Amino acid sequence: MCQVDEEYNGQLDHRVTPRVSKKCVKCKENTTVLIIRAGDAFCRGCFKEYFIHKFRAMLGKNRVIFPGEKVLLAVSGGPASSSMLSQVQEGLSRDAPKKLRFVPGIIYIDEGGASGQSMEERKRAVAQLESVFRATNYHYHIVHLEQVLSLPSSVLEAGSSATGKPPTGSSYKAAVDHLIPTRKNQNQHPDLSVENAQSHLSNLSMQEVQNGVTSPITPEHTQALKRLFASVRTPTAKEDLLHTLRHTLCIELWQQQLCHFEMLLCSQGFSDPRHGDVVIVRPMRDYSSKEIAYYNRMFDIPSVFIPGLDSKAQDKASIQRLTESFVTKLQTDFPSTVSTIYRTSEKLHTACPPQNTNTQLSAKCLLCVCALDTKLGESHCQCTKMASHHGNGLYSLNKNTRHFVLKRVVFFI
Amino acid sequence: MLLKQLETDRGGAELLFGSVKEHHVTLPNQSEPWDMKQLLVWIRGNMLKERPELFVQGDTVRPGILVLINDADWELMGELEYELQDKDNVVFISTLHGG
Repeated sequence: MCQVDEEYNGQLDHRVTPRVSKKCVKCKENTTVLIIRAGDAFCRGCFKEYFIHKFRAMLGKNRVIFPGEKVLLAVSGGPASSSMLSQVQEGLSRDAPKKLRFVPGIIYIDEGGASGQSMEERKRAVAQLESVFRATNYHYHIVHLEQVLSLPSSVLEAGSSATGKPPTGSSYKAAVDHLIPTRKNQNQHPDLSVENAQSHLSNLSMQEVQNGVTSPITPEHTQALKRLFASVRTPTAKEDLLHTLRHTLCIELWQQQLCHFEMLLCSQGFSDPRHGDVVIVRPMRDYSSKEIAYYNRMFDIPSVFIPGLDSKAQDKASIQRLTESFVTKLQTDFPSTVSTIYRTSEKLHTACPPQNTNTQLSAKCLLCVCALDTKLGESHCQCTKMASHHGNGLYSLNKNTRHFVLKRVVFFI
Repeated sequence: MLLKQLETDRGGAELLFGSVKEHHVTLPNQSEPWDMKQLLVWIRGNMLKERPELFVQGDTVRPGILVLINDADWELMGELEYELQDKDNVVFISTLHGG
């Protein structure tokens, strides 16, 4: 029987290490360059085909994208989102078989204020990313995370409405639709009259975003963001907050005339019905990080590394880091780990409560967009505690309710 | 003398090497050929500026760090047992928390 001190004397099988002369499992001709999954060795050409095919299949599986639909790509600069961007370019290119036909836009959120980067570092990262975005010729938006704290109260009191439509009704939407060009080409000069009309249409106090970078943020904004993160005690909660704010900002920008898109593609995040009309798709989740890293390397996909909240953190610094470390280590010896977890997670479904037509538009938590439970008396949640620290902007907007409960389910997968 | 090009590319691995992505390295002569295991020990001793545990774990690289030898997966080359040749190009890519 197995004992702690039992000696196996080399009876255990060692994992067989294949040699470089092995032929590709697919074409059986070319020399392999890469092993993925539990031992499939691919040559360069077959790996590229496999990678591209997977992306198309992922997009096709979740939802049919109608030609001309506007799709927003959330790009962080990291390998997964950079890879996603290059796959979209690949799919939209003229010589692609079964070419994709949608109108892409890019959004990048500068989170340097939360992760402690200096303004110079942030500017450098933004400049690098801008050159990547310009090369795509897609409409892009660069926003700062600080903006999530100064979203105008007029917009938010009307509610992060479940339908995702601006509160002024369908005529507004129609008007905006009419004005926003369906495809902005970098070679064209922006239509100034269109831009002016857009700014008049919206009642936003938010900085107007041209095709490019927003107006610079003030040091006070950055300080407010830093105070917010400093008020959150654990690294786990900080990462969770960052994730939520990132998501909230994307969705809020979507709900304004600025980013009028039907679908959001991102490499992280939850795909669920909280945001009404916005369909969130994660086309990169089918790939292992190894596949993405190799593809980017082999095919020179530009990416920009930006240190985050958890860079150089210890393994046990946060639940997210611990989970990542645990799964990664397990994967080394048991190559089916990640795919098993992934398949199991696909079986989990969020429970959708029936839509209550009497629910006021403002009775949703601004951060997680779940219904506020105003029946409970003394319940507090994270949002309230943070409101007591900062009491402005984002958190003071639920003036009609004093107590609310933040309901959410968090998956650490 | 073995001349080698080491890259710590993307994903943040370069942070541990003083933010330098490309290193041209000449390994000292020895009677037996250098293998990857020895290279890692050498890197740990001579090149890593900080936090060795984020790069090397035990005998091998930390899980989550990919190694390419001449643009091929090192798993195809024998991993730690691969014997280094002159002018080999070795790339380390960190895949941890890449978004």
